[in-house]
Amino acid sequence: MKRVMKHRLFWPVVALVSLILINTVARSQFASITVRDDRLYGALIDILRQSAPLMLVSLGMTIVIATRGIDLSVGAVMAVSGAVALTIIDDATDPNSLGTVLVAVGAAVLVSLLLGGWNGFLVAALGIQPIIATLVLMLAGRGVALLITEGFITTVNSTPFSFISTGYVLLLPFAFFIWLAVVAAVGVIERRTALGVLTEAVGINPEASRLAGVRSRGIIWSAYAASAVLAGIAGVIYASNIRAADANAAGQFIELYAILAVVLGGTSLMGGKFSIAGTVVGVLIIQTLESTVLFLGVPSAQSPVFFAIVVVVVVIIQSPSLHRVVRNVFRGTRSGGTGEPTSDVEAAR
Amino acid sequence: MTNVETVGSERRNVGEYLQVFSSRHSSLLPTLAALVILILLFIGAEIFLRGDFISSGNISALLLDNAYLLILAVGMTFVIVTAGIDLSVGSVMAFTGIWLAKLLEAGTSPVIAIPAILLGGALIGLLIGVLVQFFDVQPFIASLAGLFLARGLAFVVSLSSIKVETPAVLWLQSTRIRFGDWYITPTGILALLVVAVGAYVMQYTRFGRTTYAVGGNQQAALMGLKVPRTTVAVYVISGICGGLAGLVLTAYSGAGYPRNGVGTELDVIAAVVIGGTVLTGGRGYVLGSLIGVFVYGTIKSIISFMGAEQSWMQIVIGALLLLFIVVQRAIVARSNRRT
Repeated sequence: MKRVMKHRLFWPVVALVSLILINTVARSQFASITVRDDRLYGALIDILRQSAPLMLVSLGMTIVIATRGIDLSVGAVMAVSGAVALTIIDDATDPNSLGTVLVAVGAAVLVSLLLGGWNGFLVAALGIQPIIATLVLMLAGRGVALLITEGFITTVNSTPFSFISTGYVLLLPFAFFIWLAVVAAVGVIERRTALGVLTEAVGINPEASRLAGVRSRGIIWSAYAASAVLAGIAGVIYASNIRAADANAAGQFIELYAILAVVLGGTSLMGGKFSIAGTVVGVLIIQTLESTVLFLGVPSAQSPVFFAIVVVVVVIIQSPSLHRVVRNVFRGTRSGGTGEPTSDVEAAR
Repeated sequence: MTNVETVGSERRNVGEYLQVFSSRHSSLLPTLAALVILILLFIGAEIFLRGDFISSGNISALLLDNAYLLILAVGMTFVIVTAGIDLSVGSVMAFTGIWLAKLLEAGTSPVIAIPAILLGGALIGLLIGVLVQFFDVQPFIASLAGLFLARGLAFVVSLSSIKVETPAVLWLQSTRIRFGDWYITPTGILALLVVAVGAYVMQYTRFGRTTYAVGGNQQAALMGLKVPRTTVAVYVISGICGGLAGLVLTAYSGAGYPRNGVGTELDVIAAVVIGGTVLTGGRGYVLGSLIGVFVYGTIKSIISFMGAEQSWMQIVIGALLLLFIVVQRAIVARSNRRT
């Protein structure tokens, strides 16, 4: 039991399960899944389907954060990617052909890769702080997206394109399979090859890992490229869901939710050890919470208050100073005296 | 560098004098660069766009339109000089603005309502500061919580915009104090007052010196400086500035709107960085941020005058931000080599 509790996924999973239980008790239809036209419907299926964009972005963010970085530009990359894809489909003679959609998605992902390469260049080659380096693209990216769509919200009617987000395969949403495949791919690349260990080494101590022969520049560069590519795919899914490229609304605040998901999953923002499974659980927690807030009848615009409370609680639980206090209290009760609190903890009172 | 050299430098040529100046005041260089850019923008707009760009009316309007941004930038300068960041300012401005409108609608006197919203802004700043200082939360994440909280609270206050009809608040915006062709509104005076107080506190008080020290070196506590108090205080200052900006913006637009200021935090950070404050902390000037905001506002008015799409605004600001970051990095790297 103790080993289970010590596992770093223990608390995130407890949070997710209790959220689902609370929902199930509060509304019986939450857990119910119905089959209609060979498709499964229900709140849980919706959560699986809707979490696709955030899941992809958060996976990329996990890798970047593991290298002790951060990628603020993911929302802007989503907007650019959606704009590229929809503009190509919109200009094509036959928007309904599968070929057009494949070309559009390919081009969108390629542009995202370029943007990620740019971020990686600023961070790995020029040595600019990640927050600032990606802030540049976060600011300018939406402008680029608006230029691509010429300031309009491009809308399309394309059956294969809509399928990406709303289609079903084998009873389940296609978008769910996309994120499942990406999770599996990232898991295999990071955990079955040395790349994951090298990424953690770069995040724990970039200088030492460079001296040890790790090509940290290349690893950091590829982390930003991967993050942008995943954000690009997320942008395509988002655009497919609303059948439009909205340069202002696409991926708004998603960088913040992605960082929250990564932190909820137990990956430290200080870089180093990261958990892909943790991020998956983190995203599902956020999506379930979103669904809960909606169910409670709270307007979705007000839901940030709940997320603020979650962020505050999570960061306080993770805080080293709190751990010191708790340790001191435990030591105090055991030895019969009070622990010696450190100076900043004392000041906190 | 001894006194002998200083005396000798008078006889040197201009190039050498510039070199001495730049090595002694390396932290001033980005701010001066921003000033040069601002002047070039004005001259360029005057020559290529229209003949009346450098006019009293236009410059007066620049201050009027960007008063809220200026107030936010002063608070942000304090935070960034301590090597922190405050993402919550845009949301705090929206929350305090809509709350003010709500209070006034309910018939509360502005004498009570305005201190109340300033207190609200300060409390959100306090929350961020306490998280940063006492729970070792990164400023980015702590202020992110502040952003979510304030944005959500803005929508809790009201989901739609509320019109303000209180004369005292509208007076802030509608009064034009004229000096010939120049004019200034009470909101503009308020913004300049915030800049003046901010610049004074930053340069000439013990608190200001401590702020620089905290950003320059986290070990500043070893020198007996009150680091915890200062760190919390800068976020509270930023929160109060958010509240003031909420007041100014509500007066400016004549209404509170919960969707105000989405993304404003990025504009503020960009303006502060363009004004020469280094994001890694320890260097920066409140007056530099004043220049940064004017650069931002001038680009905005040039772009809208040219009839170009607003998307160019984001691209130009992004490019300018990049330019200044690279310049700052070169300057910081050079001064680090010297020491």
